[in-house]
Amino acid sequence: MTDVLTLHQISLIIRGKTLLKDINLSIPKGSFITLAGPSGAGKSTILKICARLLTPSSGKLLYNERDAFLIPPQDYRRHVSYCFQQPVLFGETVADNLNFPFQIRNQVPDQERQHALLDQVNLPADYLSKNIASLSGGEKQRIALIRNLMFEPDVLLLDEVTTGLDAENKQIVHRLIDNYRQKGTILAITHDQEELAQAEKIVTIKGGQIHE
Amino acid sequence: MNSVHVNNVSLLYAAGLVLIALLISYRQKLGLNRDMIISVVRAIVQLTIVGYILKYIFALDNVWVTGAMVLIIIFNAARNAAGRGSGIPNLFWPSFLAILISTGVTMGGLVWSGAIKFIPSQIVPISGMIASNSMVAIGLCYRQMKTKFHDMHQAVEERLALGATAFQASGDIVRACIKTGMQPTIDSAKTYGIVSLPGMMSGLIFAGVDPVYAIKYQIMVVFMLLSATSLGSVCSCYIAYQRFFSDDLQLIDRLAQENETK
Repeated sequence: MTDVLTLHQISLIIRGKTLLKDINLSIPKGSFITLAGPSGAGKSTILKICARLLTPSSGKLLYNERDAFLIPPQDYRRHVSYCFQQPVLFGETVADNLNFPFQIRNQVPDQERQHALLDQVNLPADYLSKNIASLSGGEKQRIALIRNLMFEPDVLLLDEVTTGLDAENKQIVHRLIDNYRQKGTILAITHDQEELAQAEKIVTIKGGQIHE
Repeated sequence: MNSVHVNNVSLLYAAGLVLIALLISYRQKLGLNRDMIISVVRAIVQLTIVGYILKYIFALDNVWVTGAMVLIIIFNAARNAAGRGSGIPNLFWPSFLAILISTGVTMGGLVWSGAIKFIPSQIVPISGMIASNSMVAIGLCYRQMKTKFHDMHQAVEERLALGATAFQASGDIVRACIKTGMQPTIDSAKTYGIVSLPGMMSGLIFAGVDPVYAIKYQIMVVFMLLSATSLGSVCSCYIAYQRFFSDDLQLIDRLAQENETK
């Protein structure tokens, strides 16, 4: 199977401190890989490099066997989508968030698509007009996730997206991820045992390096 | 016409007022004495020099010399405005451009409408007023921008992560900063005549002009300052926000960077 993302000898040094050292990782199309390891090991840093929210000091990042850094960043990020651990919703309403992916593509928001995704995370269609200040933490995370999935990306980068969620919210998020998994590729960070069990491959990161 | 009486002796007496400020600073241990003395000396020296320069330029009445004087004013204003955005790199030229455009367009409008004449005694002081207001507005924009990009760091990053361009990720910050730049002009215009008798009008009344005639100039000043601060804020913000993004379209938190280096 071809790799959708390849990290080749990726290192990151910030202000003399080595955060990542010689990371080599292949992410085949359609795979579900989980990064595990202690906090501060560099897992989020790897995900942010994959999303190009950080630029490595050395090494190569390939997307579909092309140098990812030669692709305009905004185009790249529409295909390789990073979800934050504690997402921030912007604007005032849920619609402001779910319209955003359309706006940046100069498209008219597709309400059918928005309703379908809201339904997937057990939220009614009238949530579009709901004020974001009135949402619970779990609802915010669900909205943030479907914001990332509005235009199905090739790769979904999940940074501990279920941390702090209750069992019910976790289950809803797991179902959404399962649905996406049929078509896309996932690189996730989690400490959740159930999620670790779902992964096809677990890569352990310690001290900025991969531990085989 | 009333003549304006201020001679060197009365100025010397007026200088006694500085002593009040110095005494307060000394008694309250504000540590401002040195700063205050420097600022007073600078004001005296700068104003004396500019008084002679203006006298010369007015007498010369040459288009090119007048233009050069206006450019010097804009240059100094740009340097000052760029200084308020310390931590944001390469701000001089954007500030210069913003002040040049805001001063140029506003002055153009005033001359075209016949509100002022293209003579040095009108062009130079009015340019100074416009450029300085534009400078203050731009300085406010820069400060607000550093704070906003810092406070809204994650929201901007999330938008970038969704595939937004720099402007799509920070358009609301840019708009908020433009508003910050314009707000003081709008606010102070509201209190003109009720709280303050602003500079232009006071100056004319002082020089013996009929107050009813003097307000016409002040109304013109309201119009021109609105135009100047809005143009200055828009131009500077639309260039400056780009300085918060790297070539790889990653957010650079300039405020955090600045604090780290302190």
